[in-house]
Amino acid sequence: MKCYLGIDIGSISTKGVIIDEENNIIASSYIWTEGNPVESVKKLVEILKQQLPEEYKIHGIGTTGSARKLIGIMLNANVVKNEITAHAVGTLAFHPDVKTILEIGGQDSKIIILRNGIIVDYAMNTLCAAGTGSFLSSQAKRLSIPIEDFGEIALTSKNPAKIAARCTVFAESDLIHKAQVGYSKQDIIAGLCKSIVLNYLNNVGKGKKIRGPIIFQGGVSKNKGVLKYFREILNEDVMVDENGHLMGAIGIAILSKKESSEKQYDLNIEDIKFITKANECNKCPNNCEILRIYKNDEHVDSWGSMCGKVK
Amino acid sequence: MGNYYIPASYFFSHVLNAKIMKSPKITSKTIELGSKYSPDFVCSPFKYTLGTMIEGLEKGANVIFQLGGGCRYGYYSELQEQILKDLGYDFLYINFVTGGKADIKKIYRDLKKIDKKFNPIKALYYLFITTKMIKYMDKIDDYIRKNIGFEVNENEFEKTNDEMLKEFSKTKNYISLYRTYKKYRKKMKSIKVNKKEVLKVGIIGELYTVMEPFANYFLERELAKFGIEITRFTNAHYLLFEKTRKVKKYLKNTKEYIKYRMGADAHDNVARAKELCEKKYEGIIHIKSSFCTPEIGCMHIIEKICSKYDVPVIFFSFDSNTSEVGIKTRLEAFYEMIEMRKNNEMLPRD
Repeated sequence: MKCYLGIDIGSISTKGVIIDEENNIIASSYIWTEGNPVESVKKLVEILKQQLPEEYKIHGIGTTGSARKLIGIMLNANVVKNEITAHAVGTLAFHPDVKTILEIGGQDSKIIILRNGIIVDYAMNTLCAAGTGSFLSSQAKRLSIPIEDFGEIALTSKNPAKIAARCTVFAESDLIHKAQVGYSKQDIIAGLCKSIVLNYLNNVGKGKKIRGPIIFQGGVSKNKGVLKYFREILNEDVMVDENGHLMGAIGIAILSKKESSEKQYDLNIEDIKFITKANECNKCPNNCEILRIYKNDEHVDSWGSMCGKVK
Repeated sequence: MGNYYIPASYFFSHVLNAKIMKSPKITSKTIELGSKYSPDFVCSPFKYTLGTMIEGLEKGANVIFQLGGGCRYGYYSELQEQILKDLGYDFLYINFVTGGKADIKKIYRDLKKIDKKFNPIKALYYLFITTKMIKYMDKIDDYIRKNIGFEVNENEFEKTNDEMLKEFSKTKNYISLYRTYKKYRKKMKSIKVNKKEVLKVGIIGELYTVMEPFANYFLERELAKFGIEITRFTNAHYLLFEKTRKVKKYLKNTKEYIKYRMGADAHDNVARAKELCEKKYEGIIHIKSSFCTPEIGCMHIIEKICSKYDVPVIFFSFDSNTSEVGIKTRLEAFYEMIEMRKNNEMLPRD
């Protein structure tokens, strides 16, 4: 039977799913990227291979996320697309009537506005990672609380501390200040969750027509505290799908299904030697950083050159 | 800025008895130099021009010309002069526009300083040719922008344009310039394009970032790869000769949004956003350098206009530290969104 692999390689986590013709999830996995997309994808594919029943054969591979291009070359993917489109397509497959997607990931946050199943508007955070998952996890570490418990603890607070929402640096000094003057941990954590929501709505969500049904996705959607404040501040019901963290991967798998052919892909990549070499081209003052990609010592692609003459 | 060094050096080399140095093409090194000696929170045009000046001075230039602008840029030249003098360079700094006005007597005196035989009648003649050259360049440029995404043979437009510019710089008089222009206009129109249903996108925003491809990370080239027809209003001809004429009309067209001029090109961009919406463009891209105050002021108005007409708009702020990958991701998503919208035009949107 035909099936399709979708991989979403984010800054913090790598997500992979295999779906069949009816978009049912046959295999899925979620592991940490640990700063090494190539190795983590190898690991991910091994896990997925073990979950995959033998009668299924891969007929399409899609990659998305910030390392999509690199992994796309590594796996010979037939579709390489940005995470905004992938998320929208994935979500629409399960919730066709959704009108707003809120997404907070490890390094970025985005909002996608949909009407009648098409993207009509979107926004993504710009320069800094304020109010994203990596800020939450670094604060969790500072308070020595496991990030998984963050949401539960936030829910116990009755009086969330007010924490500056604009910038992580200010938020952190505010946090320390509030702790030193004696606020309880619950209140601080709840305040932090609230500040994430405010930051998101004031930056990414500014000027966007947020209407229900609303769905909340990305790693941070697992945090019940953040979810609670989204519901409270938007004054609307906000859904969270149990597969919310996989939506990007599902979306790109669906897109790869649409463009698939009879061609079969094999997943034996653990022995493939995949090396990237970066060096500066000094032929003109641009000093472009050229990245060359070698698969089994064979040069397959290179990018980074502005003039396009250097391969 | 872009290819405008060609008419500029053409003018000065004919009018002044001096060696005109081509300002070096902007590269990563330019912006590195510029950022190093600029205040951090100044807008990127300041950094780019300062970098270019340093590179020029290093190559041996001893006179620098600067034009002022309608925003903070009007005060930049004094600051740049001071920074460069502090760095120990010895040169003559000539600013054509001081305090927002061009003083013809002062310009005449300044030019006399460089060349004692400076002849204003001759200068007027070459000024005429130069302005025509700019006009023709911009006209050809507009045509290229609309078609380059659809060319059948890659790089044909760019190659023909380079040839034309080379001939322009060797022009002897107005008639030969006009003939060259006509020849290349014909050539351009004969370049094969494969154009059927197209997506149309308008680019508006702060003038330097719009006009210097290096400063906007070759945005137009990226868009052309998607097969998008691009419209852009700001070019040198517009800034020099059309702007003053059009301001009143622009303000009248947008009187429900703005009452006064907003500095630099901000009100122009409000009017253009409305025009693009009315012409049913599929999308608008607004670009500016970070910290550009006039454009920050007009962004919210543009957003309001676009949501009224239901035209998607995307805003980019460019700085020396912008990540190119981030821009590509957002552009790709923007392209896919407008394509999706176009294919589902019939569906109602509340």
